[in-house]
Amino acid sequence: MMTNEEIKAFISGIQPSATYDETGEWLNIHVDASQWKSLANLLRNAPFNFDYLFSLTCIDWKTHMTMVYHLSSTLHRHTIVLKAKVDRADAQIESVSDIWKTAEFHEREVYDLFGVRFSNHPDMRRLILTDDFEGYPLRKDFDDPVNMIKL
Amino acid sequence: MKAPTPEGGIMEEMKERIIEYKISPFRGWRNWDMFSLKGITNWIQGWLSANFSSAWVLFFESVIVILLATTLFALLGLVLVWMERKVAAHMQIRLGPNRVGPMGIFQTSADTLKLILKEGLTPDGADKFLFNLAPFVVMIVAMLLLAPIAFAKGFQVWDLNIGVLYVSAVSSLSVIGILMAGWASNNKYSLLGAMRSGAQIVSYELSAGLSILTIVVLTGSLQIGDIISSQQNGWWLFKGHIPVIIAFVIFIIAATAETNRAPFDLAEAESELTAGFHTEYSGMKFALFFLAEYINIFIVCAIGATLFLGGWMPLHIGNWEGFNHIMDYIPSSIWFFAKTFFMIFLIMWFRWTFPRLRVDQLLNLEWKYLLPISLFNLLLVTVIAILGWHF
Amino acid sequence: MYTETQIVERPAVIDPFEGDGENLVINIGPQHPATHGVLHLVVTLNGETIKKVEPHLGYIHRSIEKMCESLSYRQFIYVTSRMDYLSAHINNHACAMTVEKGMQIEVPARAQYIRVIMDELTRIASHELWWGAMAMDLGAFTPFFYAFRERETINDIMEQTCGARLTMNYMVPGGVMADLHPTFQQKVKDFITLFKSNIDEYDELVTGNIIFQSRTKGVGYLSKEDAISYGCTGPVGRGSGVSCDIRKIYPYEVYNQVQFDEMLETGGDSFSRYQVRVKELRESIKIIEQLIDNVPAGDYLAKTKAVLKLPKGEFYTRVETARGELGVYIVSEGGTTPYRIKFRSPGFSNLSALDHMVRGSKIGDLMATMGTLDLVIPDIDR
Repeated sequence: MMTNEEIKAFISGIQPSATYDETGEWLNIHVDASQWKSLANLLRNAPFNFDYLFSLTCIDWKTHMTMVYHLSSTLHRHTIVLKAKVDRADAQIESVSDIWKTAEFHEREVYDLFGVRFSNHPDMRRLILTDDFEGYPLRKDFDDPVNMIKL
Repeated sequence: MKAPTPEGGIMEEMKERIIEYKISPFRGWRNWDMFSLKGITNWIQGWLSANFSSAWVLFFESVIVILLATTLFALLGLVLVWMERKVAAHMQIRLGPNRVGPMGIFQTSADTLKLILKEGLTPDGADKFLFNLAPFVVMIVAMLLLAPIAFAKGFQVWDLNIGVLYVSAVSSLSVIGILMAGWASNNKYSLLGAMRSGAQIVSYELSAGLSILTIVVLTGSLQIGDIISSQQNGWWLFKGHIPVIIAFVIFIIAATAETNRAPFDLAEAESELTAGFHTEYSGMKFALFFLAEYINIFIVCAIGATLFLGGWMPLHIGNWEGFNHIMDYIPSSIWFFAKTFFMIFLIMWFRWTFPRLRVDQLLNLEWKYLLPISLFNLLLVTVIAILGWHF
Repeated sequence: MYTETQIVERPAVIDPFEGDGENLVINIGPQHPATHGVLHLVVTLNGETIKKVEPHLGYIHRSIEKMCESLSYRQFIYVTSRMDYLSAHINNHACAMTVEKGMQIEVPARAQYIRVIMDELTRIASHELWWGAMAMDLGAFTPFFYAFRERETINDIMEQTCGARLTMNYMVPGGVMADLHPTFQQKVKDFITLFKSNIDEYDELVTGNIIFQSRTKGVGYLSKEDAISYGCTGPVGRGSGVSCDIRKIYPYEVYNQVQFDEMLETGGDSFSRYQVRVKELRESIKIIEQLIDNVPAGDYLAKTKAVLKLPKGEFYTRVETARGELGVYIVSEGGTTPYRIKFRSPGFSNLSALDHMVRGSKIGDLMATMGTLDLVIPDIDR
């Protein structure tokens, strides 16, 4: 089991601009989207062995969007949350589907519902909606007067 | 074994057979069985030949046979579907049809009525001629196979001297109907199902044929009548030692496969290909496929019962005269149907307890196991027959 | 937002070998007997051999995540029963736990016991249905009825206490909605006795069958590394030797007070996954047996405010459903409704491994593999 301090020290060594938030259950790390892929590669391998990406999602904050990656290690059983800010108008981040294969589906889902494009993704198509669908339903400004139920 | 007449064709042969019936209905075998329906056939034969010329006799007899065969078809379809549903239900801890008529026996009639009333759709882009022809091809093949089956003592449409060969030859024709249906449907599931069916039926034909041959070797005749009368002192299953039991098991497996029944129902594997080759069929055209499946089951079971369990021949043990005599009191038609339905029950039992094989496992089973075993088994039986080791 | 659906002119005669002239592309689903719902798989075949499987999702996507954004913290739990409808209790449980975590509500001991018993009963019912459906995928019809015989009893027990048979909506923030029915404990004990005598039939009917074994052994192989990488959890992960039982690793409620084993198989094939589930049936019985007589007296529901408001922050809960790890991720802005909610469903990750598992095998193997993945489509299409 690695302590949060060790992880923080390691990440700060690679990416000094990273900020940390320990108020929640797990260590939250805000990283820069442009350097996310190289960091992911390092985290996947020893000594941290974050081999299990158990959740990949996006949050729309109206001004910007945040990609949220929940990483865990099946070896050491420690968990961290990585967050990367992406631009709303031109949402783009590097794909991690070659590091964690589960990301391939999850990234397609995020692309479908949030409109975040993942560069270097092997199969960047809509997963759930039809190809000719316009808009991204889980964005906060999405409005569908016909089908959406508002309470 | 009687050689076919050199110049006479099949029609000549058939005429000869019918005349032979008139003279000696069952080649001198005991003549007392009143339930064998032989009396009725003889009476019809006698009455017709007394009043009409021989050509008309043949014509009228053919008409009667056609009517009988069609009726038997319809009846068997209804009974077997009902039986399947009841057997399935009791294996699955439920009751099965029990609303229409006592014990639900009219359920299948009601279903047939529904199927007749339904529209028979032809899919867009299908080869309409072949698509509509296919169910009839399958049906005709099933009907043709009824010819050499002896339903009771002296009650047989056509005891031709190559009966067993005829059965193996005609039964392999049904694959044409299935391939036709699969190709003409313009549906990929149908196509895959038909291709599977083709591979399967052609392969299992081999071991079915070889296991039938073991009995031919023991009997020395291809004629169904001869095969039955050769079991007068005991059925081949009991007389022929272990090789015949092996042949019987192989025959049941191959028969199940040839009729596309589970665990070999790959042609219509509903969890893989929705309904296989008859995916696009509806209404009565579907019902014809369905009916043909059950008729085919009946026929292969009847052949199995004839070859291995003595057909209509009562259970005789060697020369225990008293026992044999008591057994003779049970009518021959009852013996035949009891044996056939026992085998049908076996096949239904398989269907409702086994999972399905995969297509490569199916072909492996045939080519790597059943075929070598049946070839070797045939050799063993031949040795036994030559040395006269069977009872 | 919506464009008119265009009717695409199809050629009258379908060319079965469209594309490169060698591969056959067939659509399995959305309506197909083996997909147990409305999964749509586009399968590229070469003869009988699978070259590619591409799941097309969205046929019953209801966008539960978006829906929950406009529902209060009491209301949104009921929607989640409709995600993985076979483990509705466990979904509700996960949501209730997330809200409790945010509100810092202490759940009474009685409610914790009831929750765990209900979860395990749900797990048994779910595995029962899977067992029958899996055998049906392989062409054996009869096991389905044997499985339903026991499953019906569980549904009756649920109906008595929760008022519903499938989507129970029994777990609420702070405990459970109603107290146990007076005959609940007796009925569960009767069920356990019945189940123990019946479960051996399962092995006789299916597990030991030679055709079943040859259909599942070595089929749909998933290595341990791939299972982790694809995020496969539950019996799929454990069938590949990944220790991923949340009940063991991160115990919640009273799971740390009961004795049970995490079932691990190392084969990685369909048969291993099958065995994990069948063994889990017995483990669930073991858990229920330890708890059923010891349900403490007291409140079944903690006192909570009428309107729940989660503090600003992020809350994540992981529970073990019948299919694997369910994660509920709530982002709160301090209001009465979640700002963003994400369900990490086990089926979604498990499905993503399907293509990898079946490439190069036969169509029959696809059904055997899909059967042991235990896909529930509303869980994938949330």
